[in-house]
Amino acid sequence: MTETTSSLATFIAAKILKQPKRVITVEESLISSGLIDSFSLMDLALYVEDTFGARIEDTELNADTFDNLTQLAAIIESRKK
Amino acid sequence: MTTFPEQLKALHARTPERVAVTLQFSNADDLPVSVDQLLRGASSYADALKQSGIQPGEVVVLILQHGESLLYAFWGAILHGAIPSIMPFLTEKLSPERYRADLSALISVTQPSAIITYPEFETEVRSALNVGDSVREVIVTNRVEVQLESNFDSLLGFQRKPEDIVLLQHSSGTTGLQKGVALSHQAVFNQLNVYCKSLALDETDVIVSWLPLYHDMGLIAGFLMPILSGVHLVLMSPFDWVRAPYKLMQSVSKYRGTLSWLPNFAYNFCAQKIRDRHIEGVDLSSWRAVINCSEPVRWESHQAFYEKFKPYGLKLESLQASYAMAENVFGVTQSSLGNVPIVVEIDREAFMSERVAKSPVDGHPTMKMMSSGRPLDNVEVKVLDENRTEVAERVIGEVALRSDCMLTGYYHRDDLTQKAFADGWYLTGDYGFIIDGEVFVSGRKKDMIIVGGKNVYPQDLESLTYEVPGVHAGRSVAFGIFDEEQGTEDVVIIAEVDSEDPNEQQKVADAIRLHVTKNSAIALRYVKVVDPKWILKTSSGKTARSANKEKFLAELQNEQSSL
Repeated sequence: MTETTSSLATFIAAKILKQPKRVITVEESLISSGLIDSFSLMDLALYVEDTFGARIEDTELNADTFDNLTQLAAIIESRKK
Repeated sequence: MTTFPEQLKALHARTPERVAVTLQFSNADDLPVSVDQLLRGASSYADALKQSGIQPGEVVVLILQHGESLLYAFWGAILHGAIPSIMPFLTEKLSPERYRADLSALISVTQPSAIITYPEFETEVRSALNVGDSVREVIVTNRVEVQLESNFDSLLGFQRKPEDIVLLQHSSGTTGLQKGVALSHQAVFNQLNVYCKSLALDETDVIVSWLPLYHDMGLIAGFLMPILSGVHLVLMSPFDWVRAPYKLMQSVSKYRGTLSWLPNFAYNFCAQKIRDRHIEGVDLSSWRAVINCSEPVRWESHQAFYEKFKPYGLKLESLQASYAMAENVFGVTQSSLGNVPIVVEIDREAFMSERVAKSPVDGHPTMKMMSSGRPLDNVEVKVLDENRTEVAERVIGEVALRSDCMLTGYYHRDDLTQKAFADGWYLTGDYGFIIDGEVFVSGRKKDMIIVGGKNVYPQDLESLTYEVPGVHAGRSVAFGIFDEEQGTEDVVIIAEVDSEDPNEQQKVADAIRLHVTKNSAIALRYVKVVDPKWILKTSSGKTARSANKEKFLAELQNEQSSL
């Protein structure tokens, strides 16, 4: 796990799933599996923007853009300011 | 005395070119639809229904998403004299198997004659049909021929009478689909007459809505009322709004929107999640009422919303509240526009233990409750105790109502209709109290969870939990806990498993989350897998939801204070 993916995993477990001890692997599907619902996707996008300075547009908040931590980290890496 | 088709015809005769509805999309330009276009589009569907042999008075289920087809198909069914009922569209959150089962359940009770859907969804719909079903036709949108002009004379909808059923609304949840609320033309007009008056609605108003059309708030306030009243409606998809809530503000600013309806959670959602950069230059000063409805209304949510949008011209007195339900068409009460809703401070202890909203006592903890306003002119409201005797002001009991805009009945469910009324009064199942004629709604009689404006029965979620391998029947409990930050309830599911291995428990927790979400489209906040004997039962062996909720909250508090 990189610094980015582990920070994302911690945020999702603690703030979205409310299970701080829950381990989220980098390849685990997040959206298509129903783990993160549409209301919480917005929280994730705001967290990404505040923490990494990478913007994710609202039209991108779906499983086609990213569905696991590796994919999300790649998007963040390519958009960091 | 009139009917929907007569009203549309009158609107068309007056101003055919006026924009009736502006449809907004996430990936396309806004689409203005004039009264004439609306009627031509609707006539096309009316014609398609007639060609398919569908009779006036038969039910037509619409399985369509936000867009022109849904608009035309709905009004087309009306112009044909058929009874439209909008079914939620399949989302990626819900499993197709469950969707099919829900659709089959709806068909078996409601007995529709036709279903209108997209060509790409036809196979899905047909797979839910069984031999001997009531459904004679599946009409796909691309085979409906657009008419160049509307010809009122041939439309059978003009033969309908005011007391005939005009539409069915279904409430959410698996049980909700089996309970269509049937409304007559007359009931809808009786509601609109008084509700529009209480809003002082006129043709200069602009209603902006993102609400889904399969719930009363979206269907009535955010669809039928503006269209039938000749008021411009700006309509966007709920799926676009949830990903980009700022679009509501942009639309209000762009179209000088005057009225919107929101469930309580949306006030928190907008206040917390909208970035200033998305609403730069937005002007909300035209918004004369933003009406909180369909979830318990919270003063704190109004405050947060006001603080966030005050710099954009939002006026404090624009924030309003209403108490509404599909069985009364929509509105039961409405706060008085132009004034802020009444907020009372009451003694917390008396509220909890004595079930009375008492004035505060020095030094005792208090709580704030916001009024949903006074009953509409055609509605009487009273509060009843367990023996169905009316109680005094400030005493908490079940809210009952009587009006001239009640449902005709639950469609094909006379048993449920009878149970819902006592001596001509509709029993709402909501707890509340009255002070100086103002109605305060304080909770649900049943254990229903209200999350994000949707009603969810905990027993439905528990049944789904039992389907997960490793969980035994009777060993799960579901309930809602109020989340201050979100302004709505969080769903909690607790399940006992035999294994005490944390890894194994984690796996079951994940499986529950996945299975329940996919089969209910409800997001779970807390999934807690526990050792055997955690769940508290009553002496008769029933699961005591409130006792388990208290136990869960106590443990949660311990965990948080030990962090």
